[in-house]
Amino acid sequence: MLAFTLRRLLQAIGVMLAVGVIAFAMFRFAGDPVNQMVSIDTSAAQRAEIRHSLGLDDPVLVQFGRYFINALQFKFGVSYQFRLPVSSLLAERLPATLELAICATLLAMVAGILMGVYSALRRDTILARLFQAISLIGISLPTFLIGILLIYLFAVTLGWLPSFGRGEVVKLGWWSTGLLTVSGWKAIIMPAITLGLFQMTLIMRLVRAEMLEVLRTDYIRFARARGLTTRAIHFGHALKNTLVPVITVAGLQFGSVIAFSIITETVFQWPGMGLLFVQAVQNVDIPIMAAYLLMVSLIFVTINLVVDILYTVVDPRLRSTVSRAT
Amino acid sequence: MTQPVLSVRNLEVEFVTRRATLRAINGVSFDIAKGEVLGVVGESGAGKSVTGLAVIGLIDPPGRISAGEIELSGTRIDHLPLEEIRRVRGKRIGMIFQDPLTSLNPLYRIGDQIIETIRTHTSLSESAARRRAIDLLAEVGIPAPERRIDGYPHEFSGGMRQRVVIALAICAEPELIIADEPTTALDVSVQAQIIALIKRLGRDHGTAVMLVTHDMGVIAETCDRVAVMYSGRIAEIGPVQEVVRNPLHPYARGLMGAIPTLAGEDKRLVQIPGSMPRLSAIPPGCPFNPRCAFAFDRCRVERPEPIRQGTQSVACHLFDPAKETAA
Repeated sequence: MLAFTLRRLLQAIGVMLAVGVIAFAMFRFAGDPVNQMVSIDTSAAQRAEIRHSLGLDDPVLVQFGRYFINALQFKFGVSYQFRLPVSSLLAERLPATLELAICATLLAMVAGILMGVYSALRRDTILARLFQAISLIGISLPTFLIGILLIYLFAVTLGWLPSFGRGEVVKLGWWSTGLLTVSGWKAIIMPAITLGLFQMTLIMRLVRAEMLEVLRTDYIRFARARGLTTRAIHFGHALKNTLVPVITVAGLQFGSVIAFSIITETVFQWPGMGLLFVQAVQNVDIPIMAAYLLMVSLIFVTINLVVDILYTVVDPRLRSTVSRAT
Repeated sequence: MTQPVLSVRNLEVEFVTRRATLRAINGVSFDIAKGEVLGVVGESGAGKSVTGLAVIGLIDPPGRISAGEIELSGTRIDHLPLEEIRRVRGKRIGMIFQDPLTSLNPLYRIGDQIIETIRTHTSLSESAARRRAIDLLAEVGIPAPERRIDGYPHEFSGGMRQRVVIALAICAEPELIIADEPTTALDVSVQAQIIALIKRLGRDHGTAVMLVTHDMGVIAETCDRVAVMYSGRIAEIGPVQEVVRNPLHPYARGLMGAIPTLAGEDKRLVQIPGSMPRLSAIPPGCPFNPRCAFAFDRCRVERPEPIRQGTQSVACHLFDPAKETAA
């Protein structure tokens, strides 16, 4: 088990190194940032001075080495547009994105599992078919459209919910949370639905398919032959077996939720990392883009690692094969 | 004769499909007495397993029991409401399925599965149920049960898992055990042990056993009586020595002729020509008539009813005293 974890950890470090090279390569190939920062009448000397102050005139390897060492200490350089350290910019925006992503994922999992289980157990009811239809919409409609539709309905027409921003925010140390105020809750509803809808339909369809599969297995038939209650069979034996693959998918999807939040944050002007990234792209603010890339891949790699380990906790069969294999 | 534990009368099971209604079981009747082991043999698709499933009420739609009665110690158990048949399953009828590798839920410790079943059917406390589970595991021959009770199914071999499945089937002291090909998925060396175990448990507890198999060796060794099934009907039923040594129905004769013996190694084994008809194409009259060497006109039009021949009962026109008249 320990060897398995260590091996996965080494693989994760390998992936992060590769991403680091790509992130650094962006600095070399995304054009000259100095041209973006200065106006037409800036003199060549001033340009050289800016270039020098940002360390852009050193040899490539020196720049990479410096970048690499700094990245290990979470120093991602200074934003070209804000003239502030990227790490503090990201740290400032991180809580908003994480809160949104967690709310969206929780929403997706709770609603997705409930709907999936219901439509598997009561396959032929009208409600089950309605869920299927909704899931089709959730899978096929693009996120930004859903966001705009929600804004039109609940913010513009009905006026119940705010159309942008995070509402009032409370500071807890360096973490800022919108979940302690009414306006914060109101503000997060629509973005969370928009962001979570795709995952919700995905989880719903997965749970439904898995559950139907599990209900056909011999051990469910044997559980029925043992006279267990329907409740114990459905929500004990069947659901537990259903959730094994669902955990993986939901876990891996959490990474994409954070990555996809770019679109949702843009639609709702949510002050998170995604919005920061979009602004960075518009201004060719490479330090932010590179740091964002590193950060998202770090999150992905971490989630993968956690899911792998969680898997072995849930499924006793893997526990033994894993320890036998290593 | 005292009241039988299980009494099945004229059982019919149908599967309603979009094209047609297929009759998998067609007029099956038999009894099993207390402590008796009834073997049910036949080719795949003869309706052996469906009969077992019908008794325990596990025929899933589109299948249904369309006619007949099933009585367990005198009470009707077919067409009971779901909640009532659930109380019969596991408590009064224990079931053992073919494949022990897939019969146990892989994510639960075997002890938890046994305790769960015990507590569903009795009012024992958690700790009492656990003690009972350990006793049961010891009874079915699992070494070091107090340690193995916390193991997961994948930590057991096939034979050991089948022992666990048997422990699960008997944990509420059922009156009847239905064993549906309990040894098919097992190693030959383990098969004998499992059969001996089922036989011993039946004897010790006075449990009636319905043993579904297509292994004639198992039947000869284990059963008191045997029913030979063909195309959803019982072709012949009787005491096992009689049916094995002196089979009456041409199909039963063919089956017995297909058993290799240690003595006659040079003889070619007898083979029954053709194969069993599909459910959608059962011929009129006796379903066996196209393959039967003795078939005459009446076999092709009239379905034979069971006829008593000494201790045996056989569904074949050959044994009807007035056999030529009806044709």
